[in-house]
Amino acid sequence: MARRVAIVGTGQTYHKSHRLDVNGRELINEAVTRALADCELSIADIDAIIIGNMDHFESINYVDTWSVEGSGGYMKPIMKVTTGGTTGSSVAIAGYYHVASGLFDKVLAIGWEKNSESDTTAAIVTCSDPIWDRFSYSGAIPSLATEASAYMEQYGATQEDAARVAVRERTHALNNPYAQMYNRPITIKDVMESPMLAYPIKLLDVCPRTDGACAVVFAAEGVAEKIAVRPAWVKSCSVRHTTTWFGDVDYNTGMLSLKRASKEAFEKAGIKDPVEEIDVAELYLPYSYAGLKWIEAIGFCGPGEGPKFIWDGNTDMGGKLPINPSGGVMCTNCIGATALLRVAEAAIQIMGKGEARQVPDVTNAMATGFGGCWWSDVVILGKDKPN
Amino acid sequence: MSEWLQDVKDLTLKGQIKVPYTWSVGEVGSRFLVALRDEKKIIGNRCKNCSTVYVPPRKNCGRCFKDIDEWVELGSKGIVTAYTIVRYDYPLQPTKAPFAYAIIKLDGADVGFVHIIKEGLDKLKMGTRVRASFKEDRKGNILDIDSFTII
Ligand SMILES: [Zn+2]
Repeated sequence: MARRVAIVGTGQTYHKSHRLDVNGRELINEAVTRALADCELSIADIDAIIIGNMDHFESINYVDTWSVEGSGGYMKPIMKVTTGGTTGSSVAIAGYYHVASGLFDKVLAIGWEKNSESDTTAAIVTCSDPIWDRFSYSGAIPSLATEASAYMEQYGATQEDAARVAVRERTHALNNPYAQMYNRPITIKDVMESPMLAYPIKLLDVCPRTDGACAVVFAAEGVAEKIAVRPAWVKSCSVRHTTTWFGDVDYNTGMLSLKRASKEAFEKAGIKDPVEEIDVAELYLPYSYAGLKWIEAIGFCGPGEGPKFIWDGNTDMGGKLPINPSGGVMCTNCIGATALLRVAEAAIQIMGKGEARQVPDVTNAMATGFGGCWWSDVVILGKDKPN
Repeated sequence: MSEWLQDVKDLTLKGQIKVPYTWSVGEVGSRFLVALRDEKKIIGNRCKNCSTVYVPPRKNCGRCFKDIDEWVELGSKGIVTAYTIVRYDYPLQPTKAPFAYAIIKLDGADVGFVHIIKEGLDKLKMGTRVRASFKEDRKGNILDIDSFTII
């Protein structure tokens, strides 16, 4: 049987579009140092390291070894895990697996990106099949925009509905000094007046490009309680992949991988009514329309009910189910770190370390990861040990 | 803060990697591309296990994990099931903006076919009927179909 595992420490950089004062290794080191300080461990206490970033973003293909000065991985077991947009949640889940297996007691998971170092779109199109999809359907924005326009036609959702999500993320980021978009609030009018990129997606509907890193320490039951006053227990994880063909995706129904991953994660965590039992969610929402449609796939509301759920204030701070107190992906997107930030922020909420962005009395927190051709990870963390 | 930091200017270095690749299409995909190139025909195939008609055709069904051996000739017409109109130019895109990326359900197929639409963008809706329009000079790749046009 798997051992129980908890997150005992997290660390992240102050995220910026360009961190020219540090190279990639030094950026990683900032997050690792903060994570170790957070749980009062030294690098000697760490038994193994999982690290990940996006392929082709910095043109380094042996990041595991290249980064040892920054990660602290010298003469330690290291594994590189890279799964596109979900890289951050994959390193978290791989860290969990390492500890749950019983082979390692304390594992450090690291996600990082120096998005400023390359042409993001040129690098990201390598996720599309080179023979069938890359040259007839390229880039991250078009496939998201396709989903968004289908959702609007199907349910009558509007561009203003999506703008409300974008405004929420920037408003929440006012409480998060680590966010790239810290102290940069926007209005619905700002979003509506921003340039159209690919209908219906406008400039302020999408995530930025960020230099940043995140690190999370996982520890086994028996060890975790001694390290952290209030460890964030991993209640469940779920990973679901679909196919690589963009044409095989049904854009007219909810995202299948997220539906299935959420269902499994809730069942394993013993959560029957997610909207009542989840206290806060850090969701990988790379663009505003995801804040309407994807919360339906998770099961927070029914199909087509996303806009009303958002406008009613349910997902704002102080609402029934605050989403992305950190400001989320639309305020910080260092891609290899992005989904790990979701897990770290969910852990911060359980541990009560959220300061201005803290949601009161969090028992269960949810984090998600999203990748390229519509695959999904879900992680549920809890204040109480899982059964 | 250390004193030397006051005088430092952060440098960046430029580089570029340009790597040529030769991708194997495989026998099944090759038959599809040859039919496009030589006969201006779109062919798919059907999984016997789940009856899904795939286009482009696949050697095996990803869902059933079974080999596929039944070929299906599809017409060049279908309906748009989802789309976006791209307003920005980018070198990797197949044509200049504005144009639409569309998911097209070809008549007789069960999965979408991803391609582009260049004309009549203001008339585009979910359900719009379209037809493949082929290039004169065809090379055996997916862009031998120039684009889809609204019927
Ligand atoms: Zn099948």
